[in-house]
Amino acid sequence: MIKQLHFYGGIHPVEDKVAQSVPIVEPPILETYMVPLQQHIGAPAKAVVAKGDQVKRGQLLGEAQGFVSAPVHAPTSGVIREVTTCLGPSGAQVPALLLASDGEDAPADPMPAIDWHQASPGDLRQRISAAGIVGKGGAAFPTVVKLSPPPNKKIDTLILNGVECEPCLTADHRLMLERAADIVTGAQITARILGAKKIIIGIENNKPDAIEVMRQAGADYGIEVCSLRVRYPQGAEKQLIYAVTGRKVPSGGLPADIGCLVQNVGTAAAIADAVCLGKPLYERVTTVTGTPLVSPGNWRFRVGTTYSEAIKLAGGVKEDPIKIISGGPMMGMAVYSLDIPIIKSTSGILLLSKDELTQFAVRPCIRCGRCNDSCPMGMMPGILSVQIENQRYELAEKWHVMDCIECGCCAYTCPASRPLVQHLRRAKAEVQAARRAKAGK
Amino acid sequence: MTTVILLTVTGLVSGLAIGIVVKFYGTTPNPLEEKLLELVPGANCGGCGFAGCEGYAKAMAEGSAKPGACPLMNDAVVQEICALLGVESEARKPMVAIVCCSGDDDHAQRMAFYNGVNDCQNAMLVAGGGKGCVYGCLGLGSCARACPYGAIEIRPNHIAVVHPELCVGCGKCVLACPRRLIKLTPKSAPVHVFCSSPERGALKRKFCSAACIGCRKCVKEAGEDQVSMNGALAAINYDNPPDAGVAAACPTGALRTTAVMESTRG
Repeated sequence: MIKQLHFYGGIHPVEDKVAQSVPIVEPPILETYMVPLQQHIGAPAKAVVAKGDQVKRGQLLGEAQGFVSAPVHAPTSGVIREVTTCLGPSGAQVPALLLASDGEDAPADPMPAIDWHQASPGDLRQRISAAGIVGKGGAAFPTVVKLSPPPNKKIDTLILNGVECEPCLTADHRLMLERAADIVTGAQITARILGAKKIIIGIENNKPDAIEVMRQAGADYGIEVCSLRVRYPQGAEKQLIYAVTGRKVPSGGLPADIGCLVQNVGTAAAIADAVCLGKPLYERVTTVTGTPLVSPGNWRFRVGTTYSEAIKLAGGVKEDPIKIISGGPMMGMAVYSLDIPIIKSTSGILLLSKDELTQFAVRPCIRCGRCNDSCPMGMMPGILSVQIENQRYELAEKWHVMDCIECGCCAYTCPASRPLVQHLRRAKAEVQAARRAKAGK
Repeated sequence: MTTVILLTVTGLVSGLAIGIVVKFYGTTPNPLEEKLLELVPGANCGGCGFAGCEGYAKAMAEGSAKPGACPLMNDAVVQEICALLGVESEARKPMVAIVCCSGDDDHAQRMAFYNGVNDCQNAMLVAGGGKGCVYGCLGLGSCARACPYGAIEIRPNHIAVVHPELCVGCGKCVLACPRRLIKLTPKSAPVHVFCSSPERGALKRKFCSAACIGCRKCVKEAGEDQVSMNGALAAINYDNPPDAGVAAACPTGALRTTAVMESTRG
């Protein structure tokens, strides 16, 4: 019998992956795109075009500012109508460019293709940086930063994340089925940059077709595919490393400390595009799903497509949605406007109907300990939340609140419907502020 | 009986020991500090910037703090302390906190239904709290809980209002507000601008009917030296404040004399 790999804790929510059999569709060119200059973690990009400028598809719109930043490229050809701000998925106003397309979708001169078998890791890193590639799993961390570990840390294993443990989302699943060869190429490029000997792709066993396809695509290159038992949050970096290799990232450490690096399959495909075709990152596969939608599915959206356009493409709604979530149901953020654009890290747009949404009344902790059992980081969210409510942030820090990955398992299992993740996030913000204040002194 | 004797003897010996230790090794208390400790209010609010009233008294005795830093003391007590310390008393301006926002539920739009932890800082972590105006008061009471004097009320229509008669101007609420809406202003100033959004007037109007729209009517009424424009936001010159009459010129009611805004819903 095959050993079913998994990690400690976690939950198994209803999967609800209704769009998994719907192939990725290329949407038509829209009239306008609202392209935010901050689609990543770190400093926002600085606009290099002005109002009235003519741009082509793939042309640089904003250049990276500093090391932890990423450039932004034009999703189509057209005219910059306005340099403005727009509402980002996090609820903050971010600088953005309003691009009015001319309908021709004329491409800019692509960057020259690189023969990655011969190119030096430095050149490859530079290309990945210039193409504006960020982690497409959700955090949008600039990939080049991740691929530049300190020299004393040797990465021996590259893990590709095809887990997609979030319920409802199917974008990575479809991508693996349709672009397996590119994902394998991207993985090999990444492994070459890092000097990693081993490449493992982790996929949950509720996607047997993807496991089969990836196994075939990677067989000739010695890429191993790991079938994992379905468990949320298996797609979280530390949990995936443990499930696949049995190594544990130390508290407060990074995967590089134990010689691992995790990358999303979407990021690998984007790396292959950037290196082999010279194509910058200006589109991504996003799942638009939810019961209020007429036809949920997966689209290859250009960045800057607003949520309202995405919902229109999914056939519109048959009943009024009561909640719209950017991302998956577990870790996604509820949004209150449909003018928010799709960015490089938007993995899904989820609509919930009135029947699906429960309004919680928060009750006191009954000390049942279910949150402790479900926490994949081995924390005690319930007892921590009680301390955090009393502003004991130093104690929370001592109790490893900074290890929290905000997966939401604790809040999911809590019979008293306590907003545990929000408490933990507050404590993380306070601890971080205190550390900054200490460092500043 | 033995127990009683034993305990009595132990108590006497221990008492004697403590007495000897204090007599020979104890620190003599600073008489100035002791006197100051009697004069400070003992509310431990932290408004002076020191760790409680004791810390303040100690700092004053050492000469590292000024007598006027405590917002609670009245002028007579300050004079007394100044006489004790032998320093000139400085002119003090009593301050009062104001919440620079008029966006209660009757005037400002809420874009989302927030159902999380009842705290402004926590609400800020989830999509900025869901208020249309990203600068406006969330009305969840972080400031009210921080106030040691109970001077801040959260109105039923979700806005924080400072009661000037209770406020001593310690400034604790200023730090508690995640939107940085609370300002310390001179108690003597009759009118304030109850809006903090630096956005353009049209954008503000979209979300709030009581915002300062930057129409400059108050500037024309009072003159540039009393009210100036900081972008699209009117700013009172608190060194030379205009009188209460200027409030009549404001078309939205953002510039007014009282913290509580009349409800338009009736």
